[in-house]
Amino acid sequence: MTLNRRAFIGTGIATAAALNAPMVMGQAKPRVVVIGGGAGGATAARYIAKDSKGAVEVTLVAANPIYTTCFFSNLYIGGFREFESLQHGYDKLAATGVTVINDLATGVDRAAKTVTLAGGQVLPYDRLVLSPGIDFRDGSVPGWSVDAHAEIMPHAYEAGPQTQLLKAQIEAMPQGGTFAMIAPPNPYRCPPGPYERISMVASLLSQKNPTAKILLVDPKEKFSKQGLFEDGWSRHYPGMIERVGPDFGGDKVEVRPDTMEVVIDGSAQKVDVCNVIPGQMAGKIAQIAGVTDEKGWAPVLPDSMKSKMDENVFVLGDSSAQGDMPKSGFSANSQAKVAAMAIRGELTGSKVFPAKYSNTCWSLLAADDGVKVGASYEPTPEKIASTSTFISKNGEDAGLRKQTYEESVGWYEGITADIFG
Amino acid sequence: MLKRIILALAIAGGPVSAAELIGDADKGEIVFRKCSGCHEVGVSARNRIGPELNRIFGRRVAAEKDGFFYSKGLARMGADGLVWEFKTLDAYLENPKALVTGTRMNFSGLKDPQDRADVLAYLRQFSDMPQNIPESSPTARAREVELPPEVLALVGDPEYGEYLANECQTCHQVDGSNDGIPAIIGWPAEDFVIAMHAYKQKIRPHPVMQMMAGRLTEEEIAALAAYFNGLE
Repeated sequence: MTLNRRAFIGTGIATAAALNAPMVMGQAKPRVVVIGGGAGGATAARYIAKDSKGAVEVTLVAANPIYTTCFFSNLYIGGFREFESLQHGYDKLAATGVTVINDLATGVDRAAKTVTLAGGQVLPYDRLVLSPGIDFRDGSVPGWSVDAHAEIMPHAYEAGPQTQLLKAQIEAMPQGGTFAMIAPPNPYRCPPGPYERISMVASLLSQKNPTAKILLVDPKEKFSKQGLFEDGWSRHYPGMIERVGPDFGGDKVEVRPDTMEVVIDGSAQKVDVCNVIPGQMAGKIAQIAGVTDEKGWAPVLPDSMKSKMDENVFVLGDSSAQGDMPKSGFSANSQAKVAAMAIRGELTGSKVFPAKYSNTCWSLLAADDGVKVGASYEPTPEKIASTSTFISKNGEDAGLRKQTYEESVGWYEGITADIFG
Repeated sequence: MLKRIILALAIAGGPVSAAELIGDADKGEIVFRKCSGCHEVGVSARNRIGPELNRIFGRRVAAEKDGFFYSKGLARMGADGLVWEFKTLDAYLENPKALVTGTRMNFSGLKDPQDRADVLAYLRQFSDMPQNIPESSPTARAREVELPPEVLALVGDPEYGEYLANECQTCHQVDGSNDGIPAIIGWPAEDFVIAMHAYKQKIRPHPVMQMMAGRLTEEEIAALAAYFNGLE
């Protein structure tokens, strides 16, 4: 075989950053502050610190010393995982050189380029990364507000005590009782999440409370992986799940936490557990920083995740409005790596390669019955656009479904190691 | 003995009318001596060190019902949907470990395409034939599977590979963990390149990997191979 040795030519690679002189040459180290200790923020902090090898000072502001992942929290509800397996600390991030501060960011002064924390500390930055997840829209489900009613009718859509509360409520349901879920309107975190949760609640109830009923009230006509979920529900939980879509008033729902009633299009029904997943918007600090639009999300440039409102601010994950990518932990992790590369390029002059994004979402329908949907994405001038997609098919054999589930468990180990070190 | 020639319809990438010889079965019987230490084929064939090979064409890889204990790598490929047909057998025989990472088939491969074609023509006689079962899958050689030497010879940029590898590491762990998601560190660069092209060309069946590899250029695959080869 003749070896036709060809040197690699970086066609199409953005070289602009490499030509620019580093921005803060000769001064103190450039400073990056990251707000949010989840899939977007922790990944960004870790990659900037790791790849800049100490040339950039990275501070991560995380609300809690232990982070509980929202992804896989449905599996805890279904009894397929221990709660502790969802929890991750920041020790390894700190060992990579990231300064971790457990506090709440309460203010951003974009003119002075500083972040204020609840504890009074003021952090100056050269680049700010916002990855604060979601906030709930009060009033999106009449009768319910997060401050007044989340202990009675949990959302369990930020993982932690809410998730444990919801599971405890389901386990305490009377025999033959009713579990209700108010599903959120688009756009929201983790498109298949509410429906995987329905599957996991059904799995738990079919073992402990087989005559119980599940009422899914949904304002949307269609939902993610709908065909796969509905096929799985009819195979595993026949007769247990009733979905009320907008054609039967699913978009005209209110709740009465005091009497544990769900009112659909004027008709009240008593339930035993009610999981309210309200409408959502960008995490509060993104609103405070003033980088969100009239829809409540933070628009970003598709090739870097840089805010369209401020060249020194990047917004990752659920809070960002970027185009076709779903709001998921996988997406946030993928976006964080692109942003980390762009930020390093701006601050240290390191090479900037073209952005590539991807996402895969696994969902568990029942024991050993896993499905997945995924896509790859590339930036266009307007948005992050989907370039190719795939989805599991109905009728796949049990071996493939079991393998898909095992793969998702492997993915969880992989992505949490990638996020937290 | 009559010289047996197997005719197969060429479908993949070619005009349907063009019939193609897939090899010489008599010569293949001689080539098969390299295999017969472990594999049996024919009337009384049984599973030995390797599985028996009757009706191998069209068989789901590592099909559970045949009673043979397969490696994790083969079982994974079978569950993903890999089926033994001409192009997959051809790729497997060329380099077993490149098509199926972790296979226990301890065979370095038949490098000569003619040897592979001949031995497959021989094995083809113990499977259903396209002539007598019209709906059986085509077994014609798929030329688009072969990688030109200049693609294999591309020298990747490990720095670019490191960036591209960020995407792999959402699932594949750099410490080499191998549960649910296979380990990919420390592979010989050429095996890595062949495997990625096999996904890109949809010979390997996994949908996530087909999507990931599908958008990588030849240079990007070479860059990834260079990067992962350097990880221990």
